[in-house]
Amino acid sequence: MKKFKATLGILAIVLVTLTTMSCRDNKKEDSHDGMNSEMMDEGHHHDSAMNHDNMGTSTEMMDSHTQSSDAKQVVADYMTLKDALVADDNQKAQSAGKTLLNHLESFDVSKYSAQQQKELKDIVDDAKEHAEHISESPIAHQREHFKLLSKDITDMVAITGTETTLYQQFCPMYDGGSEWLSMNKEVKNPYYGSKMLNCGRVQKEIN
Amino acid sequence: MKKILRIISIILLIALVGIQFVPTERNQSDIEPKTDFLLVNNPPKNVSALLRESCYDCHSNNTDYPWYNKVQPITWFLEHHIKEGKSELNFNEWSNYSDRRKNSKLKSIINQIKDAEMPPASYTLIHREAIFSNSEKEVVLDYMKRIRDSLK
Repeated sequence: MKKFKATLGILAIVLVTLTTMSCRDNKKEDSHDGMNSEMMDEGHHHDSAMNHDNMGTSTEMMDSHTQSSDAKQVVADYMTLKDALVADDNQKAQSAGKTLLNHLESFDVSKYSAQQQKELKDIVDDAKEHAEHISESPIAHQREHFKLLSKDITDMVAITGTETTLYQQFCPMYDGGSEWLSMNKEVKNPYYGSKMLNCGRVQKEIN
Repeated sequence: MKKILRIISIILLIALVGIQFVPTERNQSDIEPKTDFLLVNNPPKNVSALLRESCYDCHSNNTDYPWYNKVQPITWFLEHHIKEGKSELNFNEWSNYSDRRKNSKLKSIINQIKDAEMPPASYTLIHREAIFSNSEKEVVLDYMKRIRDSLK
């Protein structure tokens, strides 16, 4: 009987804490969501204002060989992530994903033409989702998202330009053929890591 | 000992009754938005039926709630799941996504259905009819691949 009472007591305590905790959790999420939508709204206003101001002049402002510091940072984060995947390091890849997500969130597109802004926004939105998944997933899932992220970053570089030479590399085996970017000519495969470290080839040099 | 037990039970009871009055958000809407995946892509009837049955409860603005949904803390659990599901993918918002994002979403849809990660076990535990049979899986996957290829 005593045991029964004790378990009942514990059960009660667990239930109460659980419910209060889930309550608090909900509130946190709500405020977070609120912030997000606010930020998005701001972005929209900003965007439309930008479009009006820049319509005529923006194309001249862009020089494909001056890579903005934001773009450089994103590429650097991507490379950290890639190296972590090459090293089969799930933890490091998660934290690299987090860093990348932060820098994507503060990515400033205002220097670009209206058309480029639209494309960059699409790219950044998509890349953010991949970075977020990478920051909280096991390594197999990270690699799935890394493939799509690689396409985003490649398309981003096509707009922002790059000051350092990048090598677009290709692994024919992973998921029906997958690309990635590297700063080194030498192939080190982020999709397989140590399992097939040197599988792949250089497909293109991006200057 | 008896006294403590009684106090605990009373607290528990009050808490349980109390949380029933916390207002919750219900995910229900009569409007089928023009941006909806099924309206935009107009898939064959069997595909739309499968998607509605197995996906739309958490990945659209309209949930077909089970009878026990109004009992706390179950309501919170469902609310949390639906919120998370919609933030990952909302079929009602489909044509608002850029082609790039559609491609990413389709890739995830295909992978997760293929690996039986979706619909998730916590959902199919009660919604047994939401589980895709092998042939249903094939039908949905084929359709999703076709949509993905049409984007390119």
